[in-house]
Amino acid sequence: MLAGMSIPPTPGPAIHVRGLEKAYKELRVLRGVDLAVAPGSIFALLGSNGAGKTTLVNILATLLKSDAGTARVNGFDVATQAGDVRESISLTGQFAAVDEILSGRENLVLVARLRRLKDPGGIADRLLSRFSLTDAGARRAATYSGGMRRRLDIAMSLVGDPPVIFLDEPTAGLDPQARVEVWQAVKELAEGGTTVLLTTQYLEEAEQLADRIAILHEGRIIVDGTLAELKALLPPAKVEYVEKQPSLEDVFFAVVGAGR
Amino acid sequence: MASHFWSNTTVLTGRTMRHVTRSLDTIITTAITPIAMMLLFVYVFGGAIDTGTVTYVNYMLPGILLITIASGIAYTAFRLFSDMQGGIFARFQSMPIARSGLLWAHVLTSLVANAISLVVVVGVALVMGFRSGAGVLAWLAVAGILLLFTLALTWIAVIPGLTAKSVDGASAFSYPLIFLPFISSAFVPTETMPGPVRAFAENQPVTSIVNAVRNLFTEQPVGTDLWVALAWCVGILVVAYAFANLTYRRRTS
Repeated sequence: MLAGMSIPPTPGPAIHVRGLEKAYKELRVLRGVDLAVAPGSIFALLGSNGAGKTTLVNILATLLKSDAGTARVNGFDVATQAGDVRESISLTGQFAAVDEILSGRENLVLVARLRRLKDPGGIADRLLSRFSLTDAGARRAATYSGGMRRRLDIAMSLVGDPPVIFLDEPTAGLDPQARVEVWQAVKELAEGGTTVLLTTQYLEEAEQLADRIAILHEGRIIVDGTLAELKALLPPAKVEYVEKQPSLEDVFFAVVGAGR
Repeated sequence: MASHFWSNTTVLTGRTMRHVTRSLDTIITTAITPIAMMLLFVYVFGGAIDTGTVTYVNYMLPGILLITIASGIAYTAFRLFSDMQGGIFARFQSMPIARSGLLWAHVLTSLVANAISLVVVVGVALVMGFRSGAGVLAWLAVAGILLLFTLALTWIAVIPGLTAKSVDGASAFSYPLIFLPFISSAFVPTETMPGPVRAFAENQPVTSIVNAVRNLFTEQPVGTDLWVALAWCVGILVVAYAFANLTYRRRTS
């Protein structure tokens, strides 16, 4: 499926970020971000709203330019080799990037034709079946449920088998059932050797999916490690004794001396 | 990425054309306002307007065609605006495709959609008694002028399509363009207008375009109007194209 693309194998991290900074006027969103993502792993970037997760992903996906620092994806510099980076990645943004007027199948064919792949129809049919969308393939994407739309969105990102995939809050706004479906799809991706960087505000999601978790807070990565390493950062479990203040009721009965 | 430009643009134009063919109501809405105006002017006001030997429907059709284009490009801005708002735009921008392809897809689609609306309006005009003895060359010249005018206005429409904050903002720019033919030679001869209005009417682009198209339809010599019309269209096109591309580059970098 990689016909027409020449992506050299890259030793070292699939994503490598050093000292990345980005400000919107006075607001310093990223203040020196460092991270490395191993090929074929799932890396979760955890952070609250406005922590700069989307800004970081957009810089890595060549949609934004950084103010300082370097970032390499699949061995290519995002600033000077943007074309090569785009050949290596797919972005599934925060809002499902599907064309609602086209059918699910047409959406997939569109991406395959834009990537100039052979047999766009066959690629579309295989992905529809992989994401359990075959029956809905001929329907307009506008009629899809939130979970189906997300699955189509992720399927569109897989057209052409890019080695690195960015998923920006892939389960935001989904119901629990749809969330589990998306998790399953992401796990299968990594099993196929794709490097996945996902952002999320759900701790459970990072716990479920990620090989490595980084917490982005106030523009910096403050913690970066495996789930076990992160848990070790917590103080050990301990037993506390809390003095229980008497309620007015206790006082009342003590004073009047009435037995209950 | 230039080598992929044609392939990418073709695929993306196919996509935006589907948006048009799957919402044919937008083309019909585009044609309804000019058709209603045509009915109003021909059957209500027209009898009181002296246009000499030319029948009134023949006289005012060129102006109606320009109004059709001016209202049609509002949908071009709307379609581009919708793409910018949705996540699909970010997806295209992060893919290894020619970035200008997306803009050209909208521009080419605008030309086709407006051509369809124009054919519908001319069809209604024929039913209402519009007749022209113009030859093939004259019709081709009319088509060429209208195509150039559509292209120029489409590049204007790209700017609000890229920068608007709301749907209303994306299409509001077209109102003055729709209004422009009223202060021109499109519906009444400019001789009856008071001095300053007449000066404006005779020196704005619509008048020269309307006169050139009207003379082609009525087999009159087009004179300098044709060259003034072409100069206006090309001038607007060049300026709008430059600003639209500047805006696009700012929006995507």
